[in-house]
Amino acid sequence: MRLSKSWIIASKDFKIFFKKKNIIYSILVVPLIISFLFPALIEFELGKNGGNGIPAAELPILLPAFTFFYLILAGMVPTTIASYSLVGEKVEKSLEPLLATPTTDSEILLGKGIAAFIPPIGAILGGATIFMILMDVVTHGTLGYYFFPNWNAAIVLFLMVPLAIIMSVEWNVIVSARVSDVRVAQQIGILLMLPFAGIYVAGELDLIQLGITSNLLIIAGILLVVDLLLLYVARATFRREEILTKWK
Amino acid sequence: MVIDAENLTKKFGNLTAVEDLTFHVDGGEVFGFLGPNGAGKTTTVRMLCCLISKTSGTARIADYEVGKDADSLKIRKIIGLVPDNVGLYDDLTAYDNLDFYGKIYDRTEAQRKENIERFLKMLGLWEKRDVAAGTFSKGMKQKLAIARALIHDPEVLFLDEPTVNLDPESSKTVRDFILELKKEKKTIFLNTHNLDEAQRICDRIAILNTKLMAIGTPEALETSVQGRKSVIRLVEVTDAILNALQKLSLKNLTRDGNTLTIDVVDPDKENPSILDTIFRAGGHVQSVTVLGSTLEDAYLKLVREAK
Repeated sequence: MRLSKSWIIASKDFKIFFKKKNIIYSILVVPLIISFLFPALIEFELGKNGGNGIPAAELPILLPAFTFFYLILAGMVPTTIASYSLVGEKVEKSLEPLLATPTTDSEILLGKGIAAFIPPIGAILGGATIFMILMDVVTHGTLGYYFFPNWNAAIVLFLMVPLAIIMSVEWNVIVSARVSDVRVAQQIGILLMLPFAGIYVAGELDLIQLGITSNLLIIAGILLVVDLLLLYVARATFRREEILTKWK
Repeated sequence: MVIDAENLTKKFGNLTAVEDLTFHVDGGEVFGFLGPNGAGKTTTVRMLCCLISKTSGTARIADYEVGKDADSLKIRKIIGLVPDNVGLYDDLTAYDNLDFYGKIYDRTEAQRKENIERFLKMLGLWEKRDVAAGTFSKGMKQKLAIARALIHDPEVLFLDEPTVNLDPESSKTVRDFILELKKEKKTIFLNTHNLDEAQRICDRIAILNTKLMAIGTPEALETSVQGRKSVIRLVEVTDAILNALQKLSLKNLTRDGNTLTIDVVDPDKENPSILDTIFRAGGHVQSVTVLGSTLEDAYLKLVREAK
């Protein structure tokens, strides 16, 4: 497989995305809102009762839960870009000429994957950085130390979030093979955030301890296994003959 | 020989899309593929371009074997395809559409610039190079798609219905461009419904309806189906004339008043003896007209027979 071919395809997609403001907004808006909203909420709550709104002991439990929101975003944010990248090409009928070029199915799939991976990971990590800085500013007075960065946040942001984005992209490849409308693809694609929301709720209900590093690593391991399974299905779906004769 | 197909067959489940196609296309030839909707024209092109697999038979493009994994990329490197749906990136400019494909075909920046300028100028789109392809008319899009297929100077160009849905002026521009490419000795495989287009552009034509019905030059196809007819108008058709003509063992002689219609294979050779016979029988000829069957006659007859 030649990465240069995949990069050419991804670069072309980036060029198209930058011309579509709705795609840019859909990637940036939610991570940015969350990044500013959560620190603002904590600041507001901390200020209650003469600065004792949230006990210092509760903050180390609360803050990792906020970090987990970025995992939910990882299941959601790539949907717009991935569905446009694949269903959009299907609607514009631009896949056939591309398939007639000397590129392999894997190179095209990887190119599409890179195009759908880089903007969301950039937006989510960028948003998370703002979140962590602001949260440290807000909570330092109460905690007496900077809560972020820490290992658990690193596992969520640098291991689980990329795995979740990859899963979302693969899921969208599979969905794209079966629908021919970008909006329908997005609606089905976004369902992938539900398992991540479920993990978050399970954490809130104390069914899973999300602040324990080993638990996070187990979840990351499960994500990796699911990624590999979905990769197998996506790879089987993204074949020239399938695309030209069976994709609806 | 640039394209060589032997018993090429494609089945989708129980449906046979293409059956036992055997033909070849020489270098520099414009080869037309005529057939009704669902005849298997697009399926054939897709097989030859290594986009879909063949069920059986063999096909070669240049020195490479269609269907052999190791050769698929090599084949796609030396062909250019204009599919029936142009499939441009509407949000990219004309220049960026071509530049992307130039990069995919590993052309250097200098080569890309040169070819993009050359083809956009040839097709009258150079002034629109920085305009998004989505704003183009159908004709302009079709021309841009042809330029895209040529960006890497392919050995063989596959055109799938390049003038369908185009207005007459755009169709003519596209046809003229294909004729320009023909002058440059580019090998072109042209799928079309348009008989007039096929007749004007193609060196040879294959008529397809799942199976190959006929193949040959446009002139040969015209005469192969119905031959020609000599229509002779006389002052008066007498029994003596009819008796004399019947002795010539003519294929099909019909009379309508004072007009005789006779099937002939080669009018230049047969008409003199027919006229001589008429004169000897005392006939006075007013006019002689040779009617030839058209490519349309040949096409319709073959397609109807296949049904």
